Amino acid sequence: MVRVRVVKAKESSRNKKLLIQSIAIIAALVITGAFILAIGHNPINVYASMIEGSFGSTYRLRETIIKAVPLLIAALGIAVAFRMKFWNIGAEGQILMGAFGASFFALKFSEVPRPLLLLIMMAAAAMCGGLWALVPGYLKAKWGTNESIVTLMMNYIALKWIVYLQYGPWKDKSAQGFPKIANFADNAILPKVFGVHMGWIIALVLVVVIHVFINYTKKGYEIVVFGESENTARYAGMDVKKIILLATLLSGGIAGLVGMIQASAVSNTLNMQVAGGAGYTAIIIAWLSGLSAPWMVIVAGLFAVLTQGGSYIQTAYQIPQSAADIIQALILFCVLGSQFFMQYKIVFDFSSVKTGTAKIEMGQGGEARGN
Amino acid sequence: MRESVMVELKQITKTFGTVLANENVDLVVQKGEIHALLGENGAGKSTLVNMLSGIYSPDSGSIFIRGKQMNFSSPKASIACGIGMVHQHFKLVDRLTAKENIIAGSGGSLFVSGKEIDNKIMKLCEKYDLTVELSKRVQDMSVGEKQMLEIIKVLYRGADILILDEPTAVLTPQEVERLFNIVGRMKKEGCAVIIITHKLGEVMTLCDKVTVLRRGKNVKTLEIRNTNPKVLTELMVGGSVDLEIQRIQTENKHPIYEIKNITVMNSEGVKALDDVSFTMYTSEILGVAAVAGSGQKELCEALFGLLKLKEGELVFKGENISGKTPREIYKKGISMSSVPEDRLGMGLVGSMDIVDNLLLKEYYTQKGLFVNRKSLKAKAKELVERLQVSTPGIHHPVRQLSGGNIQKVLLGREIYLDPDVLITSYPVRGLDIGATYQIYDLLNEQKQKGVAVLFVGEDLDVLLNLSDRIMVLCDGRIMGIVDAKDVTKEEIGMMMAGQTLEMVKNQGGIYGESKSS
Repeated sequence: MVRVRVVKAKESSRNKKLLIQSIAIIAALVITGAFILAIGHNPINVYASMIEGSFGSTYRLRETIIKAVPLLIAALGIAVAFRMKFWNIGAEGQILMGAFGASFFALKFSEVPRPLLLLIMMAAAAMCGGLWALVPGYLKAKWGTNESIVTLMMNYIALKWIVYLQYGPWKDKSAQGFPKIANFADNAILPKVFGVHMGWIIALVLVVVIHVFINYTKKGYEIVVFGESENTARYAGMDVKKIILLATLLSGGIAGLVGMIQASAVSNTLNMQVAGGAGYTAIIIAWLSGLSAPWMVIVAGLFAVLTQGGSYIQTAYQIPQSAADIIQALILFCVLGSQFFMQYKIVFDFSSVKTGTAKIEMGQGGEARGN
Repeated sequence: MRESVMVELKQITKTFGTVLANENVDLVVQKGEIHALLGENGAGKSTLVNMLSGIYSPDSGSIFIRGKQMNFSSPKASIACGIGMVHQHFKLVDRLTAKENIIAGSGGSLFVSGKEIDNKIMKLCEKYDLTVELSKRVQDMSVGEKQMLEIIKVLYRGADILILDEPTAVLTPQEVERLFNIVGRMKKEGCAVIIITHKLGEVMTLCDKVTVLRRGKNVKTLEIRNTNPKVLTELMVGGSVDLEIQRIQTENKHPIYEIKNITVMNSEGVKALDDVSFTMYTSEILGVAAVAGSGQKELCEALFGLLKLKEGELVFKGENISGKTPREIYKKGISMSSVPEDRLGMGLVGSMDIVDNLLLKEYYTQKGLFVNRKSLKAKAKELVERLQVSTPGIHHPVRQLSGGNIQKVLLGREIYLDPDVLITSYPVRGLDIGATYQIYDLLNEQKQKGVAVLFVGEDLDVLLNLSDRIMVLCDGRIMGIVDAKDVTKEEIGMMMAGQTLEMVKNQGGIYGESKSS
C-alpha cells in the first residue's frame, strides 16, 4: 500500500531550487514539444526558430527589447507594492492612465521643445499612474479595503476612460470618422538610442534606482518591514499610513511611465492597446524574480523572447496564434508550477505494516493534505 | 498487565529536514493513568503527541493502541481510535455555539437529532463533573470555558485516551484546580491521560508517572512517588541548575512614569482598560498578573504609545506624553523600550537578519536618506557574544533561530537602547530553563541600573519571586497592587478572578490554608 502525502518542505537550498527550476524548464520543453509534434511540426526546429525569431537579426533583437521594456518597468513598479504585501493588480490601469497623462501634453502642447515636452510627458504619466494607484492605497490606509479588488476594478475604469476619449472628445477629426486619437507630433516621440527607443535606458536606470531604494534607503526599509508585519512597523514607530501612500504612489508612478513610453515610442498615439496586458504579465515577472530588481531584467527578457519568438513562429510555420499562445502558456505553467515543489515535497510511504482496523481506512479519503 | 496498556510507542523517530525531533522514543501509558510528558521547549513533546493524534506520521517506529499496531494517516483515523487531543491553542470556531462545536466534524448521519445529542452531552458532563452552556457562542466564552468545551468535544467523540497540551498555561490557579478534578475523574473512569507540561508542581500533584524528554530522546520514565522536582529538573536540563530567582534589593526608587486613570478601547470598541492608575518607579520590577486577555496587552501598548487613550494621562517625569506616538516620545528624548508578547509578529522582522533587526530601532536616528548598516554590524556581533545567542551568524534570518535566541536578540536590542522604562510582556514564554534564567538575570541587571521595569508574567511563582510589587488585572481593571513579599499565590489567584484586594484580605483566613500552597 502506497500513501502519497504532500508535506511542507523546509526552505529549499539554492542548489535544490536550481535543480527544480531546471527540471521545470526541461518538462516545459518536453510537454510543449509533444504538443508541437501533435500539430505536425518538428519541435526542435520550432524551438530553434523561436530563438532565431528573437535574436536572429538586429531587427528581431530590437523587437525583443521593445517587448521587454514595458514588462520590466511595470514589474519594477509592481514589486515596490508587493514588497509591502500590497497586492497591486492594477498596473494595467496605471499604465493606461499614465499614457493618458502623457498624451494630454503630447496632443495639446506639441509646440513645446522636444526634451522639455518629453520630460513633462514623463512627469504627467508618473503623476497620473501614481494617483491612480494612490486611490486604492488611500482606501486601504483609511478603511482597510481589499486592494486586489480595488486595483483590479480600476483597470476597467481606466480602460473605458481611454475608449471614451478615443470615441469621444479626443477623436481625430481628420481620420474620416475612424475612431482613433491623432498621432503624436515628432516632438512627443522618444528618440532612439542604438536603434531602439530610449525606453530601455529608462528601464535600466530604474532597475538600479529601485534596487537601491528598496535595499539601502530608509523609506525602502520601512516598506519592507511594513510588508513583513504591520504590527512591527507600528511598534518601530513608523507612520503606517504614510508608508502605504508613498509605496502605492511610487508603484503606480512607475507603471505610469510604461504608459508614456508605449504611447510615445511604440504606438505614437493613445489607444486602448497601449498597455496590451503588460500590467498583468508583469505580475508574474515580479513574482518569479522574487521581487529582486536585477532578476527582473532576466525574467522580463525571457518573457519577451517567448512573445517575440511566439509571433515569429506564427509566420514561419503558419501556426495559428492560438497554438502559439498554448506554447507560451505551457511553458509558463511548468515554470510557475515548479514553485509548488519549492515549498512542498511529496512523500511516498511504502508501509509494510498492515493497518489496524477497518475504521482507519476512513481517514485516508484525503490523500494529499498540505500541512 | 498487558491488557491494561492503552498506548505504547516503540522506538519512534521523526525528522524534519535535518532536525531530529524524536529519536527512538518509547512511551507506555496504562489504563487509568495520568502520564506527564516533561521536557524543555524543543525537546520533542509536541512532535511525539502529534504523531499519536495523526497529525504527523513517524519516520520509523511503531504505535500500538490497546495492543494493536496502528498507522494513522490523519487526525480522523486517530480520533476513530479513541484518541482525543486538547491543543494548547484551542481548535474551536468562534462564531459557533458550544453545541455546534461539539458536533462539527463528528460524522454520523446527515441529519442529527438535537435532543439525543443534548442527552449524550449531559451524561458526559455528569460523569466527569463538567459544565457547559450549550447555546453559548465560543466568542463569548472565557478561556476556562473554552478549555472545558474542548474536553467535552473529545469525550463526545468517544475518546478514552486524552492528550492535554500545556493545559494550565492560560488558567487561574482556581481553574487549574477544577481542571485537575476533571482529569482525576477521567482517571477513575479508566481513561489514559497524557499531559504535556513544563511546570513541575503540576506534575508532582497530578500525575502517576512521568516521562522526561530531552533533545528528542527519552531520558527516563519515573513513578512520581519515587522522584522529586529537583531530580526532574536535572533530567530535563541534563545537569544541575540553580532554580532560585533573586529579588535584588535596590535603593534610589523614585517615581518616573505615572499612569493616571487611563481607559483604552480594544479593536472591537470594548473597554480593554478601565480607569487604570499606577506609578512606575526607577530601580523596580513591577509585575503584572492577569489571566490571558485581561488587558495586559493593551496596557503594554498604551504605555508604549501604540494605543490611543480614550481617557486619562501618561506622565513621564512630570511631562504629559499622552497621545504621543512612539516616535514622538523618542523625539522628546525619552527612551522607552518594549519587548512585546508577539516577538516575531511585532518585536522583530522574522525574515531579516540580526543587523537589520537592530536597524529597526536605530534607522530613524541616522542622518540622510540611506540606512547605515556598517555601525550595526559591530553591535550585532557584540550582542551575539554578550548574550550568547547561538546563531550561524549575524546575517542569518532571526526566524530560523530557536525561541530563546530570538528573545535574546529582541531583549538585547531593547536593552542597548539604554531605556528609562522597559516594558516586557511574557519575556520567558516558550523558553528553555537556561534561557529563562538568563532573561531573569538581564531584567534584574536592568533594575540595578535604575530602569523601571514592567514585567507581565504568567508563572505566579516567578512573579512572586522576581517582582518588587505585583499589580493584578481583571477585565481591564486593577484589582490591587501589592508588595510581592506580603502576598500569597492564592490571594493573587483570587484577585485575578475578579476580587479586589480588600475582599481577598478580609477572607484571607478562610482561604489561607489552601492545600495546593
